[in-house]
Amino acid sequence: MSAEWTVLLRSLREPPTMAALDAGTWDLLLRQASSAGLLGRLAALAQAAGIEGELPLPVRRHMRAALTIAQQQQRAVRWELVQLAPVLERLDGPVLLLKGAAYAAADLPPAAGRLFADIDLLVPKAQIATAEALLTFDGWVSSHHSAYDQRYYRQWMHELPPMTHIRRKTVLDLHHNILPETARIRTRPDLILASARALPEHPRFSLPAPADLVLHSATHLFHEGEWQHGLRDLVDLDALLRQGSSESGFWDALLARAEVLNLGRPLFYGLRYCHRLLATPVPPATLEECPGRPSALAAALMDWLFVPAFATGHASCRLPGSGFAAQALYLRSHWLRMPPHLLLPHLAQKFWQSNVLDRLAAEDPGPGAGPRPKRPP
Amino acid sequence: MPLPPSAEELGLRLRHGLTLQTGPFHFRIQSAEPAVARGLATMYTGFPLGPDEGLRDFHVSVDRVRGPRRWLRPQIEFLHDGQAPFKPLPAGQAFAMLEWGMNWCIATRAHHYLLLHAAVLERHGQAVILPGEPGAGKSTLTAALMLSGWRLLSDEMTMIDRDDGLIVPLARPVSLKNRSIEIIRGFDRQAVFGEVAHDTHKGTVSHLRPSADSVRRMAEKARAAHIVFPRWEQDAPTELRPRAKADAFMHAASHAFNYSLLGRLGFELNAALIDACACWDFRYSRLEEALRTFEELVR
Repeated sequence: MSAEWTVLLRSLREPPTMAALDAGTWDLLLRQASSAGLLGRLAALAQAAGIEGELPLPVRRHMRAALTIAQQQQRAVRWELVQLAPVLERLDGPVLLLKGAAYAAADLPPAAGRLFADIDLLVPKAQIATAEALLTFDGWVSSHHSAYDQRYYRQWMHELPPMTHIRRKTVLDLHHNILPETARIRTRPDLILASARALPEHPRFSLPAPADLVLHSATHLFHEGEWQHGLRDLVDLDALLRQGSSESGFWDALLARAEVLNLGRPLFYGLRYCHRLLATPVPPATLEECPGRPSALAAALMDWLFVPAFATGHASCRLPGSGFAAQALYLRSHWLRMPPHLLLPHLAQKFWQSNVLDRLAAEDPGPGAGPRPKRPP
Repeated sequence: MPLPPSAEELGLRLRHGLTLQTGPFHFRIQSAEPAVARGLATMYTGFPLGPDEGLRDFHVSVDRVRGPRRWLRPQIEFLHDGQAPFKPLPAGQAFAMLEWGMNWCIATRAHHYLLLHAAVLERHGQAVILPGEPGAGKSTLTAALMLSGWRLLSDEMTMIDRDDGLIVPLARPVSLKNRSIEIIRGFDRQAVFGEVAHDTHKGTVSHLRPSADSVRRMAEKARAAHIVFPRWEQDAPTELRPRAKADAFMHAASHAFNYSLLGRLGFELNAALIDACACWDFRYSRLEEALRTFEELVR
């Protein structure tokens, strides 16, 4: 583990240690935290630890700026829910909030200082067409236009192509499952939907049961191929676990639920790396008894991929194997997502699209075609 | 210690990266482009050089884009901490790109301040804020006021400190476009301009060196006294008219980079600013008359 990276991890684990860092260390830590999307989180931790006043003035200013952005995004998420509630009023069954939207709406521990990109909703599969129609009438449009992408999402994935609101530009992911239809492991979204509880402040929306929030967070982290936010997602999981651990019976209930939902393996990895990197107080017996636990050899092999991949956020953190690990995990995520007879044609199509079709299009942008190049202000 | 005055010496340090202080910010700038060294040497004369180590606010670089294109149509790119927020530009716009990149750093990150897209100058302890649509003659007026002895706080960005509501100077060069370059050259033969960048997305651009007094006093905050919405119009008579405060409030908010991002605080800072200021609409065509009006405003 690179020495630079350990400062970021230690600051997350033991926020009071931030008070003793020198200016040179802050110069790097600010950038690492910023590129990992965790500067707002560090700011919230520093405030909670009561050490904000001991930090250098420029650090306090950057932290306040990051917190300001996080707070604005949370306001925006809550406002979006206010806008969405009447649109989805007529939909049968629960509408679950996942990840960031759930943390913000219920003010759960991961929300403090967290950045948000989009809104993730989970509805019963039988309702997905109605939900899509209601959203379309409200001005949400699908952002993937190619016929291939549309079919890919609709036939095989656990969500529709992302939708963007034409005026507010918010991005929304509408899910009917938390894993793709074609994934190697199958879970039970019906049970997750049935255990959810309506939110008092936003009664049209429901929050997954505490154990399900943990399991979804872990499943998302270890099944998605995008590791730019890997550490941020691990920090979410750590915050959920720390909150849960204060309640008696939490760990046993979590293992039992993982068994029922068939999500033991991602839970195991989540617990392992939370404990290793962020010192989450996971009881050793919980790790021992985790369903779907891999062999010691397999776990050691995954350490070799996952640990460097968590460090991909900033150039200074990257370990010798970080680039390779991120690539390998990208392939792994696809391997878990689809069987080979679907995966190989899919990757070939994506390669063709991004290396041939998109480049041809980029060579000759017709009038008004394609995104305009970003220009400096 | 100030920035080295010779472009050669500055260029050597710039290759490895140097720390430039502008107002409250430390920029670590790295570039092997001689045009960037020349631009910094001419435009940032007298600016303090920060330490090579320790905490810097922004780490930026401007360098050639690699690849076969560099021999045909050389391009440069701006990086912030290794990431490129913009598409590359022709190499002739290297210094302008650094300036735009620095503006971007502040506009997207410095949320410790309410950031208005407005020029701001000070005279007799009174700061005058000039928000302006492109083409309204804001930069021309700013340049002329500075060359007439007003202290320049900023040409592009008015930063209001959330802690005390005061305006924090940057004292960076004034960016002039198209016809205003010739107008200001004609206004003051002593004015120091940087190299001219042609065919940018803003047209022809050149920068004007900030006055020595503005640079020397870049740590000195100022209290806002007037907000003037300027509008240059061919052959218009010079005309200063009060503007309704509610309207000025909405206009200032719409010129802010982070008004809604700051939420309630943005509202409060903007409201306090409008309360403290006299608000004006200003129409002009003759620079000399405009300057006289401004002198009377702060007398």
